[in-house]
Amino acid sequence: MKDNLYSVAQDSWQLGPLTLHSRFILGSGKFRLDLIEAALNQAEAEIITLAVRRANSAGEGNILQHIPEHIHLLPNTSGARNAEEACRIARLGRELGCGDMVKIEIMRDSKYLLPDNYETIKATEILASEGFIVMPYMYPDLNVARDLVTAGAACVMPLGAPIGSNRGLETKAFIQILLNEIDLPVIVDAGIGKPSQACEAMEMGVTAIMANTGIATASNLPYMAAAFKKAIEAGRMAYLAKPGRVLEHGAEASSPLTGFLRNE
Amino acid sequence: MNADIMTYLPAMEKIDSSIKEEVFASIDRYCELTFTEQQVKAALAKDSVEMNLFDYAALLSPAALPLLEQMAERALVERKRYFGDAVYFFSPLYIANYCENRCLYCGFNCGEKIQRARLDKQEIAREMEAMAASGLEEVLILTGESPTMSSPEYIAAACKIARGYFKNVGVEVYPMNVREYELLRENGSDFVTVFQETYQPTVYERYHKGGAKRVMPYRLEAQERALMGGMRGVGFGALLGLGDARRDAFAVGVHAHLIQKRYPWAEISLSCPRLRPIAGQDHIQFDPVSETELLQIILAYRIFLPYAGITVSTRERAGFRDQAMKLCATKISAEVSTGIGSHANGNEHQGDAQFDIADERTVLEIAADLKAIGMQPVMNDYIYV
Repeated sequence: MKDNLYSVAQDSWQLGPLTLHSRFILGSGKFRLDLIEAALNQAEAEIITLAVRRANSAGEGNILQHIPEHIHLLPNTSGARNAEEACRIARLGRELGCGDMVKIEIMRDSKYLLPDNYETIKATEILASEGFIVMPYMYPDLNVARDLVTAGAACVMPLGAPIGSNRGLETKAFIQILLNEIDLPVIVDAGIGKPSQACEAMEMGVTAIMANTGIATASNLPYMAAAFKKAIEAGRMAYLAKPGRVLEHGAEASSPLTGFLRNE
Repeated sequence: MNADIMTYLPAMEKIDSSIKEEVFASIDRYCELTFTEQQVKAALAKDSVEMNLFDYAALLSPAALPLLEQMAERALVERKRYFGDAVYFFSPLYIANYCENRCLYCGFNCGEKIQRARLDKQEIAREMEAMAASGLEEVLILTGESPTMSSPEYIAAACKIARGYFKNVGVEVYPMNVREYELLRENGSDFVTVFQETYQPTVYERYHKGGAKRVMPYRLEAQERALMGGMRGVGFGALLGLGDARRDAFAVGVHAHLIQKRYPWAEISLSCPRLRPIAGQDHIQFDPVSETELLQIILAYRIFLPYAGITVSTRERAGFRDQAMKLCATKISAEVSTGIGSHANGNEHQGDAQFDIADERTVLEIAADLKAIGMQPVMNDYIYV
């Protein structure tokens, strides 16, 4: 970084063929116009997720008409219950003009909304072979992540906690394993409800954060969006700064405790 | 009259399932329970997905009434988590009102001397075109319960026509066998709603005097057969007021909960109509449900089944519906007519309505009113795959 100062402009990351600077991605869960505005203007998002099933609407509920042209659209396959349905939704999104990126969401449980890793791998393989930039939402499992890499994913998107829960990094230890072993971008999706949680994830070294509910349910959306931006940047800076070791027990003296010993 | 409400008729398919027994058993247990305010508070302190049936029963109990505000706060959190501010619009379309049942509370009762009608394909298309012009993208096709006059093939044809006008097509018709649900699915509908009316056998027997509908367990297994037939989701409902409303609401929740557990991928939806007085039916004794009690039931639905869609009927006044949408419900019908052939001009076949409605607003009027209270009208959130 120039002059040892952190600069978002110089800290880019790659997602398939895209070079991006913002490490905040707006999720699609709770769509509101003021949320889009806050995400763009305050959080400076470059990618906005939209559910193809909502883009499929002809009326004012159609998200497409509210997103500026220079922003990258990330259609997702929410509503899909298996790989076949996800692929069909992804193709429909492309036909609707949503581009080649797709976030795979496959859920076979309407209660917990957890991703189906097995079907996600199958869909990733099919869609990657059709030229999609595939961003799979997944439960953080190393073997699955490796299979997704092999299947052609452009990144992996482990959940931090159940969708919409705002409970933060409940899967932290498993995300850390993905960071240790997976060379693709790791984007934490779902569960990040507070800027401090986003900061914590970025400190670990994740590439980007996808969030929605944390901002959408705030009383002041622009403030919360701005807070996410600052937290993500702070976490990123801390990661680049390589944090000092945190001890689980006891303390580490700044001067050696045994320095009084003589070499005899 | 077929005498025994528990005996299947020959054409009725039996499935291998224990859900109906579990529902009946839970109602029996519910009748023995009483609750304290402390138990309601303990239920509210739990995460929704960790609640058990005892907690749900507590939320529905009279002991919860003084805690309605706390229930509302909690329901709002769950609504925001699963649905944000979205309110999904749809409209019912009654395509026929012939019925072979004798249900004492219903305007379509075959014993009633009303104007009967069945729309032909051209009339169905004309009705749907008129409805779609209002901006609606979801339709719920309804008939009276007459497999003779409204055969599965006739309903399937209506579903196929509907796919040309709407992105989302549901049906609320008489209970069918698995293969018949498959037929509807093949023709473009993938959501089935069946109202059980009441889950209390003695009450059910009292109000259902004749016809196939008198067979209670076949109706209770309709949602499961629909899912076995490939449907994406199923809707449940009790006609609140036929019997003890709290007991029926408890049974609705248990039924939906058990179906979701057995079919975790299924979309679940609940309706909560109150029984209203019917012209010429003054002799029917029912248990009136107050607006406060109705709200308590809807709040309990939302807290116990946070993932479920909830519809509030046009039988309720506009102000109640809008505020319920904000707190806990998610789905609203608009431009409703429960008559036959009444949306478009020029239909030869016209039939009388099933019940009167209290909210006669147009799609645009409801959308404007919902926006004014911070909600987001959504015409479609679904892709038929």
